[in-house]
Amino acid sequence: MQEKEIITSTDEQQEYVINMGPQHPSTHGVLRLLVSLKGEKVKSVQPHIGYIHSGIEKMCESITYPQIIHLTDRMDYISAHINNEAVCLNVEKALEVDIPDRIKVIRTIMSELTRLQSHQLWWACFGMDLGGLTCFFYGLRDREKILDIFEETCGGRMILSYNCPGGLMYDIHPNFQKRVKEFIKYFRKILPEYDQLLTGNVIFHERSKGIGKLTKEDAISFGVTGPTGRASGFSCDVRKHEPYSAYDRVQFKEILHTEGDTFARYVARIDEMWESMNIIEQLIDNIPEGPFAVKMKPIIKLPEGEYYQRVETARGELGVYIISDGNKNPYRVKFRSPNFSNLSVLNHIASGFKIADLVAIGGSLDLIIPDIDR
Amino acid sequence: MQNRLGPNRVGPFGIFQTIADLFKLLFKELIPIKDADSFLFNLAPFIVIIASFMAIAAIPFAKGLHAIDLNIGVLYVIAVSAMGVIGVLLAGWSSNNKYSLIGAMRSGAQIVSYELSVGLALITIVIMAGSMQLSVIVEAQRDGWFIFKGHIPAFIAFVIFLISSTAETNRGPFDLAEAESELTAGYHTEYSGIKFAFFFLAEYINMFIVASIAATVFLGGWMPFHVGHWGGFNQVMDFIPPFIWYIGKTFFVIFLMMWFKWTFPRLRIDQLLTLEWKYLLPINLVNVLIMAFIVLMGWHF
Repeated sequence: MQEKEIITSTDEQQEYVINMGPQHPSTHGVLRLLVSLKGEKVKSVQPHIGYIHSGIEKMCESITYPQIIHLTDRMDYISAHINNEAVCLNVEKALEVDIPDRIKVIRTIMSELTRLQSHQLWWACFGMDLGGLTCFFYGLRDREKILDIFEETCGGRMILSYNCPGGLMYDIHPNFQKRVKEFIKYFRKILPEYDQLLTGNVIFHERSKGIGKLTKEDAISFGVTGPTGRASGFSCDVRKHEPYSAYDRVQFKEILHTEGDTFARYVARIDEMWESMNIIEQLIDNIPEGPFAVKMKPIIKLPEGEYYQRVETARGELGVYIISDGNKNPYRVKFRSPNFSNLSVLNHIASGFKIADLVAIGGSLDLIIPDIDR
Repeated sequence: MQNRLGPNRVGPFGIFQTIADLFKLLFKELIPIKDADSFLFNLAPFIVIIASFMAIAAIPFAKGLHAIDLNIGVLYVIAVSAMGVIGVLLAGWSSNNKYSLIGAMRSGAQIVSYELSVGLALITIVIMAGSMQLSVIVEAQRDGWFIFKGHIPAFIAFVIFLISSTAETNRGPFDLAEAESELTAGYHTEYSGIKFAFFFLAEYINMFIVASIAATVFLGGWMPFHVGHWGGFNQVMDFIPPFIWYIGKTFFVIFLMMWFKWTFPRLRIDQLLTLEWKYLLPINLVNVLIMAFIVLMGWHF
């Protein structure tokens, strides 16, 4: 008995615990991972969150619905536009406002552009996490072009606040269509270059194939959505299953892979970039005429009840749940953020692999920390 | 490369940036680390930098332009540059930082294993030259660089040397010891000011050393490029001073190393060791045998 105790205590002593973060280059924000190591091997990962908790859900209770938009921007700041859209759609659904086609189409195009630039940034950072620094420069170079388009129309580059309940803040810039078309033409040529640089690389294959396997069952039980879930074969694309805005009038494939490893998640995102470009191309020439916003009441009051709207952000399914008591402020707001669920799977898929794999897996989950903490 | 503009604010085209950086690093505070083994902590950067500077001594920059011309030049360079790993290990161990320790351990495993490949790749050429003296090796390439003279084995040795020397100097894609996305900065995480600069300087000097060894041993050192019987062409080549030839070749090798550093993703530690022990080392051993056979039969040019 005595002997056994000694063995367990030495075992614990051998455990080498390092704090990855909250300040760490590859956690992309203030995520803290408590990693237990044995040599280079990761025994377990415990995510500690809350370093950038900003109480967005609570703050929403004391502000009006149009003001909530500006807070949702700050959640998942890389797909800010899609977050806004979720709130707007929910408010419009509650008020039963009929949204003209022009708004729907513009929102869809902007959402897809947001998705594109989000995946570009992810690709850039993922490459950098694995040590290929050139990816970072390539990714950001191309992302800049989308941000310029955003800036021209919305004034903002990352945090757009372009949606508002009932439509859009302002009409699109006259150059918008031309510049988007130019960009698509440009990016269709550039995207194969991404493949040449990283996808075809032997070292990259060695680093990503078979690493961090997530089965379909686990993906469903952990609630993993977005490209991460779809790489495991979990068909969870809200755009397909519950079309909102103009997604019901465009043709696109839901990217599904079955391998569920880091490489599958990587390929899923690259494929999604192609699909996003397809969607934009179908819509960009047929933006209907009409108003860019529906006239709403100066003070928006939602009828009493509970409302839920989900959208597909670049990282997965974002749900907005609003309980209204009939006032101009919501009674309760809850965001079902994709990153929170995606993070929860990290320990499950990363334990047993090496530290370098943990970084690769973390990168392939594409986590945005303010969205986890809210 | 990388669509990237360098620093361009200090002086015309930013050429004084390095000088500005140096002054910055000189004047920065040396932060003492709590619970660090301060003697070893302070000693480590000096070991690293001394090892690097000692290796420079043996390199022939041009005919007669070297500090010492040892008759065991190749062995000396390998031995001295391997001393740097002691500094790296000490730095990681004494910093009282877990990342540093992992980085140092990785570095230890990596350098010790790749040392073998570097050595064997050089031995392949030493067999051909019949001498370990660097000046003799360069002289032996008067009628043709070894990479051309030595058939395929010399080329294989060059490629292996390039890979393993990159690994030995902790440059990407083998920069596991300081993998910034995994270990923040690896063994020199806790260093600041000029001590940090020593590590960085040592890294770049090491890169220069391996590049110049590659240039000396495989690409003819300061020997100009000659083609068989093209008298006129050869004369024109002779006009370029040997020092320029030497620097040009060295920078070419450095360019190659930079090129794949920035392009390739990083290997994982087990893949790194697999590459060395399961692929490079056996290939190298066979290569040495083939080379010995070729030299024995007198098949080389």
